[in-house]
Amino acid sequence: MSAVTGKTWVFGDEINSDVMAPGIYFKEPMDVMASHCLEAIDPSFASNVKPGDIIVAGRAFGVGSAREQAALSFAHLNVGAILAKSYARIFYRNMLNFGVPALIFPQADEINAQDEVTVDAIAGTIENKTTGKNYAVSPIPEHLMEMISLGGLMPFLKKKIDAGELKTGAMPK
Amino acid sequence: MGETLIQKIMARASGKAAVMPGEIVTCAVDLAMILDSGGPRKIWPRLEQLGVGIYDNEKVIVVADHFVPAADPQSAAILKLTREFVKKFDIKHFYDMEGICHVVMAENGHLQPGMFCCGGDSHSTMGGAFGCYMAGFGAIEMSGVVVTGDIWSVVPETIKVDWSGAFGEGVAAKDIMLFLARELGMENAFKVVEYGGDTIRNMSMMERMVLTNMAAELGAETGLIAPDEITLEAIRAGGTEPAADALEWRSDDDATFCAEHNFDARTLVPQVAAPHKPSNSGPAEDFEKDKIHVDQAYIGACVGAKLTDLHMVASVLKGRQVKSGTRLMVAPSSKKIMREAAADGTLATITEAGGMILPSGCGACAGLGAGIIADGEVCISSTNRNFQGRMGSNDSFVYLGSPYTVAAAAVAGEIVDPRGMLS
Repeated sequence: MSAVTGKTWVFGDEINSDVMAPGIYFKEPMDVMASHCLEAIDPSFASNVKPGDIIVAGRAFGVGSAREQAALSFAHLNVGAILAKSYARIFYRNMLNFGVPALIFPQADEINAQDEVTVDAIAGTIENKTTGKNYAVSPIPEHLMEMISLGGLMPFLKKKIDAGELKTGAMPK
Repeated sequence: MGETLIQKIMARASGKAAVMPGEIVTCAVDLAMILDSGGPRKIWPRLEQLGVGIYDNEKVIVVADHFVPAADPQSAAILKLTREFVKKFDIKHFYDMEGICHVVMAENGHLQPGMFCCGGDSHSTMGGAFGCYMAGFGAIEMSGVVVTGDIWSVVPETIKVDWSGAFGEGVAAKDIMLFLARELGMENAFKVVEYGGDTIRNMSMMERMVLTNMAAELGAETGLIAPDEITLEAIRAGGTEPAADALEWRSDDDATFCAEHNFDARTLVPQVAAPHKPSNSGPAEDFEKDKIHVDQAYIGACVGAKLTDLHMVASVLKGRQVKSGTRLMVAPSSKKIMREAAADGTLATITEAGGMILPSGCGACAGLGAGIIADGEVCISSTNRNFQGRMGSNDSFVYLGSPYTVAAAAVAGEIVDPRGMLS
């Protein structure tokens, strides 16, 4: 996984997973679900976010429901990285399991919307090209580094299965 | 040095003699609960992609509760796929439209003190009332769990929350949680909340489950309550004999907690959480002056429509009528609860007052089923979460209250302190 560069989208504290993935679209395909991501607080987000763009947020990002669609919507929209002051536990795990780096970034308030930012999740560095400021943050936890590098939980499990390192049941006929 | 209950559970599940908070461990999963919503329809394609099956057809439990009963073609297809998954993978425990998963686990003796359990729904924390670890995970992570039978975890620190004294009239476990959401906030990620004190010891399991359910609203990894005779009785009622060591699963007296809180239940008053978050709460009486008109009063969800909850509703509605211009909907948490409430006359009290009974399922709580609300509408609900758009329109307003408070609002047509209707 290499560094990503993109424009920032800035959100506040306690952005919950219901507004990331509204329940009323649960039965729709993922492209429809993702098109409603965060519409209650920024109706322009899902249609204007570009691949590689960076989400910047405050405290308890992703609080609430376990719905994987909250994290999957950002992955589906090809968001490059997430930088938040803190995360809700299930959302954080979901995000990493989909292979999108989510870093804890206490200085989120120093980033403005549409700044150009480069994130290196393995080195733990953030460069704000618009303001010229550089930041050192905690990188992805060591025990998850391989999973993130491979693109998430499914590629990670696939690799272990192919290597014969994982014992489980067989797919029934 | 003493250990907390969560340390003991994770040490056992990870095969270690002892673990410390902050340590990363891999735990063997004793029970993996998956649901129609984020279960088979998400997990089956991933199993196909990996070319493997599941780790244990006794330990993977399937519940159909989110899209029940099917109200449109997509829901019907999702439920059909769920049933096909159960057949294909020879799942031994399948609860098809029996009620909401967390309540069904408790009713059927699946949870024992000391177990390590994962569920594909954030309110899986509810299971912690049995003194076991049960926490919520996304479907992607549950896909991994059903393949590997294990999961990584950071051993959490524990916040100890003790309550003493008896509730006043019209106060319930739900009020504790709306109060705690305000006091402790929603940002306690990767921490466990362990509840204790004589208030909790005097609660039934159904009331205790309100506290562990809404540990999710505190942002906690899970909620825990050490087992006692009441716990063992509930396990037996579910058809399972408790393990011989069941009562040994408790925090040591000299365990280290990251925070300790003591509250007095005698001074607690009915609470209401205003839109759009559970921590936005205050005394119900403070809402009266605003005369907030209620379009819908909803009694439902895992947390808010158990038999004890329906009894609270009936105690308010007895001899009263739902106000014209307000609708009351009641979706009992499970079929078993529906049966019991029918047998003891509770449902009759609700329907005679003008309430409507809905099927047992997650339904309107998560904006999925019958009872969702429109632009500009106000709902007061016995459910656990009131985020913007949660129950339907992005422009609707959801208040949270105890079953007493929701029933009182149905009668008054506006948000009131329920204590005026219990004398």
